[in-house]
Amino acid sequence: MELKRMLGNPRWVAYGIILLVLLFVPYLLPTFDLMLFEYGLTFGIVGLGFNLLLGYTGLLSFGHGAYFAAGAYAVAMMGKYLPQAYAMEILIPAALLFSLLVSILFGFLCVRHTKIFFSILALSLSMLLFALLFKLYHLTGGSDGLRVAIPTMFGMAFKGVRRPVFLTGTYYYFLLAMFVLSFLIMRGIVSSPFGKALQAIRDNEVRAELIGIRVRRYRLYAFCISGMYAGLGGALWSFVNGHVTADLSHWVFSGEIVYMTLLGGFGFLEGPIIGAMIFTYLKLYAMGNTEYWMFVIGATLIILVLLLPNGVSGAAAALWTRIRRGRKAEEVSC
Amino acid sequence: MWVIYTLNGLYFAALLFLTSLGLNIILGVMGILNLAHGSFYAIGAFMGAWTIIQIVTKAPAPLLYVSLLSGFLLAGIVGWIMEKTLIRAMYKRTLEYQLLLTFGALLLLEDLIKMVWGGQALYASAPFDRLGKVEIMGSVYPAYFLLVIAITLCVGFLIWLFMGKTRLGIMLRAISLDREMATGLGLDISRLSTLAFVLGSGLAGLAGALVIPTTPALLGIGMEPLIFAFIVVVVGGLGSLKGALVGALLVGLTRSFGIAIFPEIELPLLFLIAGIILVAKPQGLFGR
Amino acid sequence: MLTVKELNKYFGYFQAVNNVSFEIRGGEIVSIIGTNGAGKTTLVNLISGYIKPDSGRILFFDQDITYISPYKRIQLGVSRSFQLIQLFEKATVLDNVRVALFSKYGMIHKALWPAERYSSIAQEAIAILDNFHLLDKKDQTPKVLSEGDMKVLDVAIAFALKSKLLLLDEPTSGVATYDKFKVMDSIVSVIRKEGISSLIIEHDMDIVSGYSDRVIVMHEGQILAEGKPDEIMANKDVKAAVFGILS
Repeated sequence: MELKRMLGNPRWVAYGIILLVLLFVPYLLPTFDLMLFEYGLTFGIVGLGFNLLLGYTGLLSFGHGAYFAAGAYAVAMMGKYLPQAYAMEILIPAALLFSLLVSILFGFLCVRHTKIFFSILALSLSMLLFALLFKLYHLTGGSDGLRVAIPTMFGMAFKGVRRPVFLTGTYYYFLLAMFVLSFLIMRGIVSSPFGKALQAIRDNEVRAELIGIRVRRYRLYAFCISGMYAGLGGALWSFVNGHVTADLSHWVFSGEIVYMTLLGGFGFLEGPIIGAMIFTYLKLYAMGNTEYWMFVIGATLIILVLLLPNGVSGAAAALWTRIRRGRKAEEVSC
Repeated sequence: MWVIYTLNGLYFAALLFLTSLGLNIILGVMGILNLAHGSFYAIGAFMGAWTIIQIVTKAPAPLLYVSLLSGFLLAGIVGWIMEKTLIRAMYKRTLEYQLLLTFGALLLLEDLIKMVWGGQALYASAPFDRLGKVEIMGSVYPAYFLLVIAITLCVGFLIWLFMGKTRLGIMLRAISLDREMATGLGLDISRLSTLAFVLGSGLAGLAGALVIPTTPALLGIGMEPLIFAFIVVVVGGLGSLKGALVGALLVGLTRSFGIAIFPEIELPLLFLIAGIILVAKPQGLFGR
Repeated sequence: MLTVKELNKYFGYFQAVNNVSFEIRGGEIVSIIGTNGAGKTTLVNLISGYIKPDSGRILFFDQDITYISPYKRIQLGVSRSFQLIQLFEKATVLDNVRVALFSKYGMIHKALWPAERYSSIAQEAIAILDNFHLLDKKDQTPKVLSEGDMKVLDVAIAFALKSKLLLLDEPTSGVATYDKFKVMDSIVSVIRKEGISSLIIEHDMDIVSGYSDRVIVMHEGQILAEGKPDEIMANKDVKAAVFGILS
């Protein structure tokens, strides 16, 4: 019953085609590009969760790196202290749990405020985690960070397999599965009654409270869900990167997450994913071509905010509307 | 020992006060949180260091201290440019865009600093060395720190006078209290906003310049002060000048004593205190 | 069903509500009129739970609700609309009502299946919009609605909470004069049909006399007079204190 409706809907058809293409990506891209693509996918997951908080609930956090780092460090620290449990089936839930705990703790403090206060608090708390990760070097490796080895996956061991081989093979499909799952879940959340409640809170906090929605509580829920998505992204990212450092919790890194979401457009579910992909390539291109890559990124961000405030997806949607309107006008006049 | 810790705390609080005062003036008058505020601190630091290096062998001692003002000036000039270009574009936009634009400015400015002064550290400790040490209540203490505290007190007093007694200052306060009313009263919001931004950025630059004799100018020097300034603003209240003072003292002294007792605890302790204050008073100590 | 006993509220030294007592029975429409600053909106804020009184009691079906949260009052059946329209601007008209229904039925936390799936809720939302003559605009966003329609939608949202007492804060303010009666017709017909009680703050005496069972007159925080609309219109004190301002 669901399937039939989906097949008729052009959106799901498009998703299906994209999924099909994604399945063949390892055969289409060389190793280095594939790894880059995987970075993009992990950030896509982060962006999906981040946008639940920003686009749908109306809260802008410049501190989401903290939850990304929580997930990444959960993996790395398990590798260091619990090597016997270093299996993907355990690592992913651990990362989700750890990032959930951190988001509950930080989120509880943050959601009591809005706007500027909220943003500053979220930012500052992530820097608290950064400082802890940085200073407690006995535990966390400090500025050197921690190594992330290849885990076992569902019973499969990868002894002696070099990382690029792992990443372009089994891992890619695991990552893809996680990505698709995250996307489907977020899709469900956003169109559910809960999603409507979040949007109501975003649009009119007072009215939402006065129709019986417990605003603070729901903001916290959104915060935690987005935190877990960031943690999942962080964990998956750590396998690709092979290494985690404290600056994953630095607010400038969080700023990149915000940048990606804006770049893609936070009015659409798919926006942040597009933004994540573009940003990953943009940053690499800038870093590869100039030592002043921050200048490039900063300048493009400013231009973007001024010219395309709705991001790439927003601009595309606007263009599409204009084309349709133009066509309709033509039909009428002819 | 307590004397030293307290004085260290006051010294740190002084620099922090200048920085957060600047942040709060911009926040209060323009309603904008400038994420690039730390970059102005850095600009002040590099400019101050560079100036001192240029003149240290040729100039008489007092000039060295005056030259630190160059940091204040350059930060103000860059602030003026930024306000006229970027901030103008932000007025009609929502908070998200403001934060993103200032974030973009941060990235831009950090690399601009690198372009202008290179990636090396700039050492300019002459003003610090020249003043030597003094004895206070049985402990030996660098005189330069006392100079910084004194300068900050002066600046604080001047700003207080400016805000409270001059026409310009009162107009700025009016805008921060109620922007719409202020427009209705015929105040030139755009000129006054520029003034606020230049003043706020200049203060950050001054703080950066003042710290230079004690530490080299390094890339990213503005990052940590920015975070502390945020904490001060959160604890003291958005846009409150009194809050900046009390908050800076609180943060400065906590930090100083925290580091002395157990270095790792410094930041968590600070956050704990800030957290408690926020739970009791969600708007900060003097917030609206 | 609603009993207000000796309610007092101060804002600093200013007494906004002074020893106010009255009752509203089931199925009654009671209007409150008075000059600006007479304390009408404060009274509604107190009853809806937005603010708490300094002294006095509010009883709803004999339950003391004086200090309980707005959230709990909504659960008990008290809801309100707003003088300055409070809508969810980015949601469709249908969703504006639907989200209130989800909240009312305790389904607002459901996060897995699309909202559309809950067809009974959708149907109920459609029925409500139909009653308020907003059905043709159900898929549009509030910004394309006329002022009058927006006001009606504001009331429809409050109504969707299936309240037994509906507090309406100036439901026709800001509405073009020729639309005022249309708006009130839509609202009052639904109220009568469902047998809901309602407390309406109004300035317009024509509206008040046309639709109310009883009228309460407030002046400087106190109740000046109470009675049927024609009694109030004839009342000398009321005319002196209030009529100069009202149309």
